[in-house]
Amino acid sequence: MSIQNPTKVLKEELREKLLRPDVISGSESLLRCLLLEGVECVFGYPGGAVLYIYDAMHGNPDFHHLLTRHEQGAIHAADGYARSTGKVGVCIATSGPGATNLVTGIATAYMDSVPLVVITGNVATAAIGTDAFQEADIVGITMPITKQSYLVRKAEDLPRIIHEAFHIANTGRKGPVLIDIPKDVSAQMAVFQAPGPVAIRGYNPTVEPNKLQVDKMLRAIEESERPVILAGGGVVYSDASEELIEFVNKTNIPITTTLLGLGGFPSGHPLWMGMPGMHGTYTANKAIQNADLLISIGARFDDRVTMKLDGFAPKAKIVHIDIDPAEIGKNVKTDIPVVGSVKEVLKQANPKAKRAQSDEWVEHIQQMKEAHPLRYKDSETALKPQYVVELINDTTKGEAIVTTDVGQHQMWVAQYYKFKNPRSWVTSGGLGTMGFGFPSAIGAQMGNPDKLVVSINGDGGMQMCSQELAICAINNIPVKIVVINNQVLGMVRQWQEIIYDNRYSHIDLAGSPDFVKLAEAYGVKGLRAANKAEAQAAWQEALNTPGPVLVEFVVEKYENVYPMVTQGNTIDEMIMGDSE
Amino acid sequence: MNMTKHTISVLVNNQPGVLQRVAGLFGRRGFNIDSITVGESEEQGLSRMVIVTTGDENTLEQVQKQLYKIIDVIKVVDLSSNPMVARELALIKVNAEPAMRPEILGVVDTFRAAVVDIGPHSLIVQAVGSSDKIDAITELLKPYGIRELTRTGVTAMIRGSQK
Repeated sequence: MSIQNPTKVLKEELREKLLRPDVISGSESLLRCLLLEGVECVFGYPGGAVLYIYDAMHGNPDFHHLLTRHEQGAIHAADGYARSTGKVGVCIATSGPGATNLVTGIATAYMDSVPLVVITGNVATAAIGTDAFQEADIVGITMPITKQSYLVRKAEDLPRIIHEAFHIANTGRKGPVLIDIPKDVSAQMAVFQAPGPVAIRGYNPTVEPNKLQVDKMLRAIEESERPVILAGGGVVYSDASEELIEFVNKTNIPITTTLLGLGGFPSGHPLWMGMPGMHGTYTANKAIQNADLLISIGARFDDRVTMKLDGFAPKAKIVHIDIDPAEIGKNVKTDIPVVGSVKEVLKQANPKAKRAQSDEWVEHIQQMKEAHPLRYKDSETALKPQYVVELINDTTKGEAIVTTDVGQHQMWVAQYYKFKNPRSWVTSGGLGTMGFGFPSAIGAQMGNPDKLVVSINGDGGMQMCSQELAICAINNIPVKIVVINNQVLGMVRQWQEIIYDNRYSHIDLAGSPDFVKLAEAYGVKGLRAANKAEAQAAWQEALNTPGPVLVEFVVEKYENVYPMVTQGNTIDEMIMGDSE
Repeated sequence: MNMTKHTISVLVNNQPGVLQRVAGLFGRRGFNIDSITVGESEEQGLSRMVIVTTGDENTLEQVQKQLYKIIDVIKVVDLSSNPMVARELALIKVNAEPAMRPEILGVVDTFRAAVVDIGPHSLIVQAVGSSDKIDAITELLKPYGIRELTRTGVTAMIRGSQK
């Protein structure tokens, strides 16, 4: 299959064909419903309980399925697709082990509010509960990590359930929805009936904010002298970047974006301060701690942002804008709660927004930014990981879609890649899932066939899903795969150095494969660089080569991520390390 | 923080797994459940759960908000912030040799409880009332020897016409 596969608006002809009230199997009904939802590509892996579903795919020219090499690869790919496009990601796995292999991916999506529809097969209805071959109670297992889940009892329920699942996944606070389909249901014949409008009595997310609360926020801004905006993933997920830029320009408030908020606000904007929190910038952290007004926009005060809670933003009045009312007051006491979609809140606020009394504050922030920029000790001999990220940033002008794995490299990308656009940044923030970086890039590329997708991984995480090199090779999916190889589990090593007194326990990744050869074994071009000149040449060659390329950068082993706030400290108690 | 008992009524879709979703939420988020009752409601297809939980005001607020995030949850009401009727039923199997029965019946009458079964050496007492009342009668029956005790947990509703 080609990755140029069209984001076609369903042709009227096809639509008519899909809606016909034919007598069809549950499997065919499933495929029809997915196509009717506008699904372009499904990531999956077959097995016994989904054989009818895969049989229905056979010879179906309208349905695009990408066979991964592991169910975990499939769900991370669906996740990367969803984060980078804003559409619902879809994956399919069989019962039992197929389904349980999805669990990490479901949890990843749940923590970061990513819309997925996850389809699993199950044993036949009559065998459920008998410990049948490849049986697992996946609905029960995933209950705490799904927004909603369904066990389908009858084929005729499928259209309604699928339509509901897409609606639930991609509205309100987004998240993964699981649909478990027993094998007999996937075979059952029924007259196809297109789903009607969604009507779920207990589900009605608040999108429009309360006007009085918005006015309260605007008054607080006018009165504030040291305001700060803390913007998170909610900005990206509600497509509110433009509204946010207008809001910041009108109010003249310095802004910091959380890990998931990166790209939601252009990093080149003069009021942008970088990321806050454990590895946040000096300026962002100091600004929050000295603010008299903190406006959280689509962020949830994660512990990696707040660090020691009872010393967080001690002088600030807190405004919290969130689509999920349960986030308000969960971690931080809120003075002005605003429940609603970030986009709707800002749309309502912008026409009335007035400038804060922030001129002096903004000047102070600019001085801090100049005095304390992110920096690292560069070297002429060893290759520094931060340099590699800067090289990628410079050559792609901050406009690539970048996915990362988890650990030091993730923080360096968050710090040194200067994102310009929303949905150009794909990373597992909440769950911190290793093995996410590479397969999520495959999904991002499938959703954005014309864009450059760069997947930046550590040598640890790359080995958690490297099998997906196969699908890059065979489908010519042109992801540029970066392995920043420091031969250790770098973030763990850094903690062991700083907090555990250099007692390095099980962080040595000796015995890792030769990544160039690994790539070549799958038929993917592999390149290696160990100094600046090689790095520049190899990276340029990767960019110039059509198709997938893996570039291994062999970097300094003992490099640390700074600034760093250790646990139990407030965010202005930063270790600046060797950067200052 | 001020830890108090709260009685919450939760109207849910009568779907398989809904009890698991609600109970799982309490477990996962570290909210405690003193008692939980489930049964049909006035509307077909909907069930009502009454949950007694202990916690401070913040916890109560989080409990309610988190419950609303469950798609099958339709309405959550903090009953205990209103004037409410709360009742629990207990069955108490107590040792009762014939000679002791009049004395035990005295206790039963005082609590307006009822004897619902008489065996050769024991009685089953059915008591209905507030949890405090059940605690009290249980305490008074203890000296005779309680063989088995089972309580339904609290079910409750707001007084008057308020729904």
